[in-house]
Formats: sequence, structure tokens, C-alpha cells
Amino acid sequence: MAMSAKSSELTRARVRSAWLFLSPMLVVLALVAGWPLVRTIYFSFTDATLSNLSDYDFIGFANFIEYYEGEWYGVIVDPDWWRAVYNTIWFTVVSVGLELILGMIVALTLNAAFPGRGMLRAAILIPWAIPTIVSAQMWGWMLHDQFGVLNAILMGIGIISQPVAWTASPDTALWAVVMVDVWKTTPFMALLILAALQMLPSDCYEAARVDGINPIKVFFKVTLPLIRPALMVAIIFRALDALRIFDLIYVLTSNSRDTASMSVYARQQLVDFQQVGYGSAASTLLFLIIALLIIVTLMVGRVRLGEDPR
Amino acid sequence: MAEVVLKKVVKRFGNVEIIHAVDLDIRDGEFVVFVGPSGCGKSTLLRLIAGLEDISDGDLMIGGKRVNSFSPKERGISMVFQSYALYPHMTVYENMAFGLELAKSSKEEIRKAVEQAADILELTPLLDRLPKNLSGGQRQRVAIGRAIVREPKVFLFDEPLSNLDAALRVQMRIEIAKLHKDMGVTMIYVTHDQVEAMTLADKIVVLNAGNVEQVGHPLELYHNPRNLFVAGFIGSPRMNFIETTVDSATGDTVTMGLPGGGRAVAKVDGARVKSGQKVTLGIRPEHIVLEPAESMVTGKIDVIEQLGEAYLLHVRLADRSLVTAKIPGDAPQKEGDEVTLGFDGALCHVFDEKGSAVPRIIAAQAA
Repeated sequence: MAMSAKSSELTRARVRSAWLFLSPMLVVLALVAGWPLVRTIYFSFTDATLSNLSDYDFIGFANFIEYYEGEWYGVIVDPDWWRAVYNTIWFTVVSVGLELILGMIVALTLNAAFPGRGMLRAAILIPWAIPTIVSAQMWGWMLHDQFGVLNAILMGIGIISQPVAWTASPDTALWAVVMVDVWKTTPFMALLILAALQMLPSDCYEAARVDGINPIKVFFKVTLPLIRPALMVAIIFRALDALRIFDLIYVLTSNSRDTASMSVYARQQLVDFQQVGYGSAASTLLFLIIALLIIVTLMVGRVRLGEDPR
Repeated sequence: MAEVVLKKVVKRFGNVEIIHAVDLDIRDGEFVVFVGPSGCGKSTLLRLIAGLEDISDGDLMIGGKRVNSFSPKERGISMVFQSYALYPHMTVYENMAFGLELAKSSKEEIRKAVEQAADILELTPLLDRLPKNLSGGQRQRVAIGRAIVREPKVFLFDEPLSNLDAALRVQMRIEIAKLHKDMGVTMIYVTHDQVEAMTLADKIVVLNAGNVEQVGHPLELYHNPRNLFVAGFIGSPRMNFIETTVDSATGDTVTMGLPGGGRAVAKVDGARVKSGQKVTLGIRPEHIVLEPAESMVTGKIDVIEQLGEAYLLHVRLADRSLVTAKIPGDAPQKEGDEVTLGFDGALCHVFDEKGSAVPRIIAAQAA
């Protein structure tokens, strides 16, 4: 809708009522998202501790970085923090990538017409419907080094000769987390992609059939470009989730340095070490890193979230 | 050589038979139009020929070869869809070139083919545009262009003009007719619009409930419909049907009483009916005049519709049935007036109880 320089009374009335309807949501957002964010950033410049939140001093950027008696201190020079950043990004790239590929395969399968499709579509959502704590605990048992079913099966068929400590061994711990996350969120990805597939114009596919274009080429030249906006949204959703992963890692591997994500690190500082100021600084960095990555993704993917569907 | 021959072609979806043993001969270079009401199976028949649906039974021959198991591409057909079916993310050029990328080796050849088609369809200035930036008529031209570049043996059109407005429809109709003349390939065209059918076709195939009712030249269908269905379907406004009984039937004349004391003297084969037999008299609105004649009936005007160049009188007869007359000029009458409708016996159609036409003595004047 093009607005003329002098907007009409009707337009002004509409804008007024739009703000009126928006205001409750804006208030709630300010309370539950805006205020905690502001407070976290505020605390990151203080030396507050969990035991006494009312007594603190401003210490500037000392939580982030500080030069003291010939040595650097702060989150930015903490190798554990950078290890957590690396873990988180590695986890995000690998798990979202796998979920995308598997989700696409599942969605393409479910998009074909076959008897019992409705049932299967519902059934595939079950892993997504289970609360993360429950599925993480369940997988924790299945991956258990002594009593886990996975070791029993793999030893039974002779693939491994002795039990593997899946969640404890540095070589496999992060992979175990990725596997559980993929198991859990592939259905979500598949459903988002399936919704996009169902919006595709079927006549284009008939035209392609008449033209004798081979199905693989049709997939890459027609299907993929047409569902790209939906894929980008799905990837961003999942990446946002994955970058702030906490529950799955905490339940499966607790505070292990090999798997700690940025959120696990921040929680450890905040709760276990009682350093609210330092933990807030880590949380603020976490926020900045996620914001930066999403902006880069949006720019690279040339996604305009306000874009109208065709 | 690309004649299309259907031999006892049957299509079933599950247990439901949609197309019942259709036989059809389409000569090379012919323009054939399938018409019929919605759900008559005309689009299904086209999709069977295209290879988008499997033929359940019977043979489909294109260019003398049985092609039942061939893919659309192997059949050498190309198709224009009602919804245009353009790829929304590709430019006009890419849309037209996409189907060629596998078949033709060099980019140069593709470019030449696309430019030639664009030239024919006046699409050259639009080649870099996306479909969403084109008008309906332009989109349909791109769809036709995409079909042309493949150099098909048989062109299929599935209601290509249905999504266009009236003025564009007339213009595109003329363009398609010209295209057929220039290319000389076999074209099969599905429509529910009988004006398109009458103006474009060398041969019309009238379909009803999965059966072929009649096949013939447009004027043949207009003048000598084989049965009630075809008589009612071809012509607008539709033919009037009056149920009556035969008074007398001699060599070339059948006389029937009409409601309110009128009568009709039809020039049809008298040997085919007996006196006392129930029949249906058919007379087209444009063949009725407002003067007494040998055949005539009176009634009261129910509704008058002014069309400009002519007007339609919907006349209520004594038995409450309606007869429509199409008279040139402006209507001098008022609703409620009594009128006498006269008509030439040579222009009458008579149908027996089963709905089959009794052959006319003075057949198709213009055929």
C-alpha cells in the first residue's frame, strides 16, 4: 500500500488501531525479553555475585577483558569460553546440516502419495513432541557405557569389541549430542520443508514431465529454488535453537569441557561459580555472537523476512 | 506424419471408468477441438494423449507407432496448460530454454530456437522478465513459446484461454489459429467454450460423460447434430426443445402439433417415425421469425433480453414451457405481449424418444 504524503483519515485511523492492538504484545515483550536482556548487559559491567545480588560495584569491561599485574583476564581471553564457542558452532553446523539433509529426504518421501501417509506424518512428529529433558535422559540410558542398549547391540553384532563411553569419551561425546539432536529435530525440519513442498505449483511439474526433464534436474532447478525461502527460515529457526543449546548437552554430558556450549559455560559461571557479573558478560557475548551469525546468514541467504510469498 | 489415432481407449480411476472405449482419428496437421461440459472427460482424454495419465485399455498411436508406454517426450508432444505452468523463478528466456537444455547440445542452438519462437510470439522485449511481471496474455504466449521451441509433432492445449479476459481471449484465439496455419502441425485443443471450438476447429469432438457423442466439422455439428446432447451443446443461445407427438409422417415431411394449437411441419425423413410417436422438436432461436408461417406457435413474452445487435424473447407457451427467439434489432414488444413465432420447416430438427436425430432432408446448407 503506497502511502501518500498526506495520509488520509482512514489510513491514520488504521495506524492508530494497529498500535492499539500491538501495545499489549509490546509491553509483554519488553517485560519478558527486553528487561532481562537489559539487566544481563547491565550486570556484565559489575562484580555482582549470586549470593548477594544487591551489593555490587561497576568494574567497566573487566569481566570481558582486563590487564592486571602483567596478565590478561576476562571472558575474552578464557580458553574455556573459546572452546565453548567452538563446540557450539561445530554442533550447530553439523546438526543443522544433517537435519536439513535428512529432513529434506523425509519431506520428499512424505510428499509422495501413498496409503497411510497421514498416519506416518503424525508418527514422525513423536521425537519432536517429547520434552528434551525426557528424550535426553532416555538417550543417556541408551548410550550408557555399561548398561546402554546401543553398546549391547553393537557388541552383539560384533562391530565393537568393548563398551564405548559414548557421552564421556572426548572423541564421541559431541557426536552423541549431535545424534540425539538430529533424532529429535529432523521431524520438525521435515515438517517445515513438507509444508513448503505442498505449496509448490503442481502444474510446473507436469510441464517438466511433458518436456521430459529428468527428475534430479527438476529437483535442483525447480524444487530447490522455489522452496529456498522456506528452507532459509527453517535453517535460521534451527540455527537459533542450536546456538543456545543447553538442556541436551547438560543432561547427556553435564559440565564436560569437551561438549560445553556457550550456554553451559554461562550457566556454570552464573550458578556453579556464583559469578553473576562474569556469567552475564558471557551471556552478553553469546547474544552478540548469535545476532552476528544470524545477520550474516540472512545476508548470505538474501532472505527478506518481509518478502511476500508469490 | 503425426496423425493421432485412438482405438478403444479406456481410462479407469480405481473402479470408476471415466473414458469409455473412445475411438478417434486425427489426421496429420488437423486442428481438433474437444468440447463438452465440465467433467465430461475432455481434459482426461487430453492427458491420456499427453502421457500424463496411464491408458487403462486400448491403443494410442502417434505417427503410426503405438505409444501407450512412451513418456510424453518420446511421444513428441508438447502441451500448453490452462494455468500456464511457467516456472516462477525463471525468466521468460529460461522458461523457454529449460526443456531444450537436455535435448540440444549447443547453447547457440538453444538461443536460436528461443529467439525464433520469441519473434513469432512477439516476446523478444520480454525475454529477461520473470513471469510475475507479465500480463496473463503474455504468460500464455510464453507457455505457447515453450511448447513451440520443442518442435513437437503434436501440440496439446488444455483450456489455454480460460484464465484470460474476453478481449484477450479473442486476440489469442486468432493468434493460435494463425500459429496453426503457419506451423501446420497437428493440434488438439480442449475447451468448454463453444465459440473457441467453432472458430478454431477443423474437426470438433463433442464429449459427454466419457463418451464421444459426435465428431465432425463445426458446421456439420451445427446443422446436423446427431442427437439431443450435441444439438443442445452446439449453438448459443441453445436450441429450443419442444416435446410433442407426430400427427402425420409422409416421405419428407413430419407434422407435429405444438402447445396452444400451433403446429410444425418439419422437412425430415418421414419413414423414421410413425404418427402418434413421441418426439422432440428442435428449433434454434436464430431461426425463429415473428411472422406467421406454415410452422408456428403462439405464446406470451416472459422476459426480453437486449443484446444490442439483436434481442432475445423468452416466450412462455400454453404448456408453460419456454421458447427462446433471437430477433435482429431492438425489441418493440413489451413483456407480457402475445407473439406468434414462425419458423421454416427446413430448419427444424426432430429427435426420437432415444434422443437420436431423424435425418434432415435439406441437410447442412453451408457445409
